Amino acid sequence: MMKYALGGAAVVLLLLAAAYAAFFIAPTDIKQGLVYRILFLHVPSAWTGLTAFFICFVANLMYVWRRTPRWDWLGISAAEVGLAFTTVVLVTGPIWAHPVWGIWWTWDARLTSTFVLWLLYVSYLLLRTLVEEPDRRALFSALFGIFAFIDVPLVFGSIRWWRTQHPQPIVMGEPGSGLDPTMWNVLRFSWLAMLGLMTLLLLARYRLEAMRGDLEILRREAEAT
Amino acid sequence: MKNLDSVFAAYLFAWGIFFVYYLTVARRASALRDDLERLKNSLNRGK
Repeated sequence: MMKYALGGAAVVLLLLAAAYAAFFIAPTDIKQGLVYRILFLHVPSAWTGLTAFFICFVANLMYVWRRTPRWDWLGISAAEVGLAFTTVVLVTGPIWAHPVWGIWWTWDARLTSTFVLWLLYVSYLLLRTLVEEPDRRALFSALFGIFAFIDVPLVFGSIRWWRTQHPQPIVMGEPGSGLDPTMWNVLRFSWLAMLGLMTLLLLARYRLEAMRGDLEILRREAEAT
Repeated sequence: MKNLDSVFAAYLFAWGIFFVYYLTVARRASALRDDLERLKNSLNRGK
């Protein structure tokens, strides 16, 4: 518990440092001005959300292979945490888009594939509430989670394969694309802070699921006696 | 300071979402802990 509290304090400090860097260290963008600073929240949240979905995908594969509850617990935890980060992406995106594009939303490939990703993982969570028996629930959701992950490469590739309203990639993009070195360092630091937050939330959520597993075992014991 | 309201709104919503999510996890964990304790006590009484 003490370790968790210390970890929490470290993550809060990292997040505060990242916010300071985003506002006071990163230079102002000539075209967009102050509003571009949403980048340091929007982009790291997107990368962290995709990282969480990747962890969920690996956990789902491992569950199908090994059938041990721990992989199911990790799968559901990562899906929920990934969904929280993707919700932040879908909320901060339009807030940034409105002053820059003049519209809140457009159905381009990047925005649509991200929204579909969000819907897929909401469905993943809903599916779990529909199946009572724990082993069947774990297997069905693992299979659905593997299917849902198909959208992740689509989100990644959407701004590379199609012409979109969304800006072109700043990482692994065309020659000449990218960011000013200071902006780039602040972005990487912000991502590190977000990864810290993801780890903290993932641990808390995993503990919750492990407790639920213990409760199910005890309930079965109580029913048997 | 053009668009300061947009930047403020983005940061407010983002941290609000993370905070509310953490609260829901903590609340669910607390409820489960209570259930677990209750069940353990009733099982011990039955032995």
